[in-house]
Amino acid sequence: MRLPQMQKLLSLSALALAFSASIANAATVNVYSARKEALIKPVLEQFSEKTGIEVRLLTGNGNALLARLENEGENTPADLFLTVDAGNLHRAAEADIFQPITDKSILSKVPSHLHGTDNLWIGLSLRARPIFYAKDRVDPSELSGYQDLAADKWDNNVCIRSSDNIYNQSLTAALIEHWGVEETESWARGLVDNFAKPPVGGDRDQIKAVAAGVCDLAVANTYYLGLMEASSDAEEREAASKVAIFWPNQTSFGTHVNVSGIGLTKHAKNKAAAQQLMDYLLSPEAQQWYAATNNEYPAVEGVEWSEPLQNWGQFKMDDLEMAVLGENNAVAVKLMNRAGWR
Amino acid sequence: MLSKWRQISLVASALMLGLPLFVIVAALLALPLGGDFTTLSHLWDTVIPEYVRHSLLLMLGVAVGVITLGVGTAWLTTSCRFPGQRILSWALLLPLAMPAYITAYTYTGMLDYSGLVQTSLRDAFGWGYGDYWFPQIRSLGGAIVVLSLVLFPYVYLITRATFLQQSATTLEAGRSLGLSPWQCFWRIALPLARPAIVTGATLALMETLADYGTVQYFGVTTFTTGIFRTWYGLGDLTGALQLAGLLLAAVIALILIERWSRKQARYDQRNPRPAAPFQLRGSKAWLASAACWLPLLLGFILPALQLTSWSIERWQVWTDADFWQLAWNSFALAFTAALLVVTVALWLAYGRRQLPTKLVRTSVAFAGLGYAIPGLVIAVGLLVLLSGADQMIIAASESLFGWDPGLLLSGTLFALLFAYTVRFLSVALQTVQAGLAEIRPSMDEAARIHGYRPFQVLRAIHLPLLRPSVLTAIILVGVDVLKELPATLVLRPFDFNTLAVRAYEMAGDERLADAGPPALMMVMVGLIPVILLSRAMLKSQQHALKEQDFVPVTA
Repeated sequence: MRLPQMQKLLSLSALALAFSASIANAATVNVYSARKEALIKPVLEQFSEKTGIEVRLLTGNGNALLARLENEGENTPADLFLTVDAGNLHRAAEADIFQPITDKSILSKVPSHLHGTDNLWIGLSLRARPIFYAKDRVDPSELSGYQDLAADKWDNNVCIRSSDNIYNQSLTAALIEHWGVEETESWARGLVDNFAKPPVGGDRDQIKAVAAGVCDLAVANTYYLGLMEASSDAEEREAASKVAIFWPNQTSFGTHVNVSGIGLTKHAKNKAAAQQLMDYLLSPEAQQWYAATNNEYPAVEGVEWSEPLQNWGQFKMDDLEMAVLGENNAVAVKLMNRAGWR
Repeated sequence: MLSKWRQISLVASALMLGLPLFVIVAALLALPLGGDFTTLSHLWDTVIPEYVRHSLLLMLGVAVGVITLGVGTAWLTTSCRFPGQRILSWALLLPLAMPAYITAYTYTGMLDYSGLVQTSLRDAFGWGYGDYWFPQIRSLGGAIVVLSLVLFPYVYLITRATFLQQSATTLEAGRSLGLSPWQCFWRIALPLARPAIVTGATLALMETLADYGTVQYFGVTTFTTGIFRTWYGLGDLTGALQLAGLLLAAVIALILIERWSRKQARYDQRNPRPAAPFQLRGSKAWLASAACWLPLLLGFILPALQLTSWSIERWQVWTDADFWQLAWNSFALAFTAALLVVTVALWLAYGRRQLPTKLVRTSVAFAGLGYAIPGLVIAVGLLVLLSGADQMIIAASESLFGWDPGLLLSGTLFALLFAYTVRFLSVALQTVQAGLAEIRPSMDEAARIHGYRPFQVLRAIHLPLLRPSVLTAIILVGVDVLKELPATLVLRPFDFNTLAVRAYEMAGDERLADAGPPALMMVMVGLIPVILLSRAMLKSQQHALKEQDFVPVTA
């Protein structure tokens, strides 16, 4: 009595699986995304509405998603992998989970220094990591660049978050490229000496610390200032009004920027739909939303910046090959370990 | 013959659950066999001593914290009568529903230099930064306080159950010999409750060791930080697994030391009459009341108020259907996982009790080690295993039927449930074993002599007596699964989110107010089982006590 029932159930569910698989193949694209749901889902929904292609999304930590992709190997359901920070993108490329993007219309939309090695991935947006200063205590003419953070003048006066954070790792990786390992290490030691407080909290906390008078200078990504300026909390808005952005190293290599980017997986089963989605993400309307929703800079040139970005002004971005940030990442982490940057 | 098969199946199932841990152990063992030492030796020279020091201090602090809070409140609410005692006896479990990292967020929101407290102080006295001293919440001390406040209910819950079952005659003997309530506590109740206290504290400490959210947010570099830093920062997953292997070794050592110190002492006892409570009056009653309300206030009420205020700020979210879907996902997942884990724990604990061979005991102990390993590390171990199994299934299916079934094990809810079982088996196992330990072996023997078959012994004798511990295990595991984040994040299927994932994504972006509604919802979903079951449990405990026949103390 029991066994036939079981068999029926099994064959039914097998049938259902087969159906769902074949339907899924018709018009879906599967995305693994390290960018949070709230910052990506709306634009994916728009794409589905326009094209009728269903997008299935899995968000998570970039490294963990990468481990999942590696283990799933050729059976992976993922067609696209979207992650933030060049270091993470580079790691994914090294892990051999991407295939080169060949579609010229996609590649030509984004400047070539924002492409991964062999076009294994492509940048979607840029985030800048400048210096923030207290408007009432610091004269910006005293500042010139990242090197100031290690100068004796700012002893006990700099706030920055932990070196666990990939933004700091990438910044250090970029400086290694410009200055070399030795100079960067002595810079890191000087910076650690200048810490006003232990490197705890997120970027937003560093900006708030400047506003509260804990330190005069802080390093943070600009979009946190954008979030604070638009906050529903009056105190946050007030804190934001007390700090200003200084764009470092404008006469040399430029302000450090980083990317969020996307790549086609090596074993993508829905390649055509995936390419269509990438193309859409680089269209002016998607770019504008994608960048504006997190106060980032669009990767496609000529797309209008959101209002806060326009208010912060134009600046020279470091146009280092993004792949370099990834290549230098492990060296950077070890250097920070040695410098005592927790 | 039968017992031989039983033994094999027990060992096999325990080892199955230990498989992800084997991946970690394998990474460590691969070292002497020509493995790569460079990462480990770099870490050893630079940061590991600090990680170890911080981890030890953290554990020491949390141990003192949870034992003081847990045992103190458990003793006061069981042996004394004072205003609020009845409410407190179940309300003290509430901090369990609060994930440690959420409590950390709320306290940072309140106590940081830009938080409400310090801002008001500065405004009130016209101070600037540096003019006054204020404890830094984001510190080792802060982490100890937050973890103690969230984890003490483990000790409270298990110790309380023991205090309730402690023989009235022993305590009364003490009192008749002229011991004061305090002396009764120190000289009789506390030593007798030692196994329970140790079980609770071990759970709290294992959770502390595996914690990443809180320590990372507070910038305290512990051993777990090292594991993640090696993986994320150096991109060296093998190195990270090696560190996890060292952590595993430390946990095994901890457990062995505890076992060895307990030696052969036996503590099983049951008594029909709960000891007559001390009726506290006047200032003593108020003091006792305050001593119990304080941890509840700090561990639950204040953070919950903060979450509520954030949730009101973001009220629109509550009208969103997606949001309720998240709540349902979380609840269904937690409930299924709790039933599964407790069933497995019962099966293993029973096997261990009936066939206490060295092999069975060791493999069951091994299966329970997952609790001290960060969820993410377990998830990775599991990913490696399940992907391998999937590949075999796909290859077999393609050669037999010419059909690719896709990933059946990894990337489905199966993987998630497996991970929860590995991670939280220890919670269920310890609780169920603590319950089993109180059923004296002579009861089994008496029943067997009367011709009961093992299964009948289980139904007629063990299940009624075990009900409190089984319920406790279900609550603890359910609430743990509800709060679980890292493994869920890695192993969940497409388009499947939970409250913890949503709260984390928002808080990780430093949008604390947006993290409010999912966090509050998580607490509320967790509250329902905690309240319902803790009340049912108390009732059944009292019930069981009444039904028991008189048994002399054997300790």
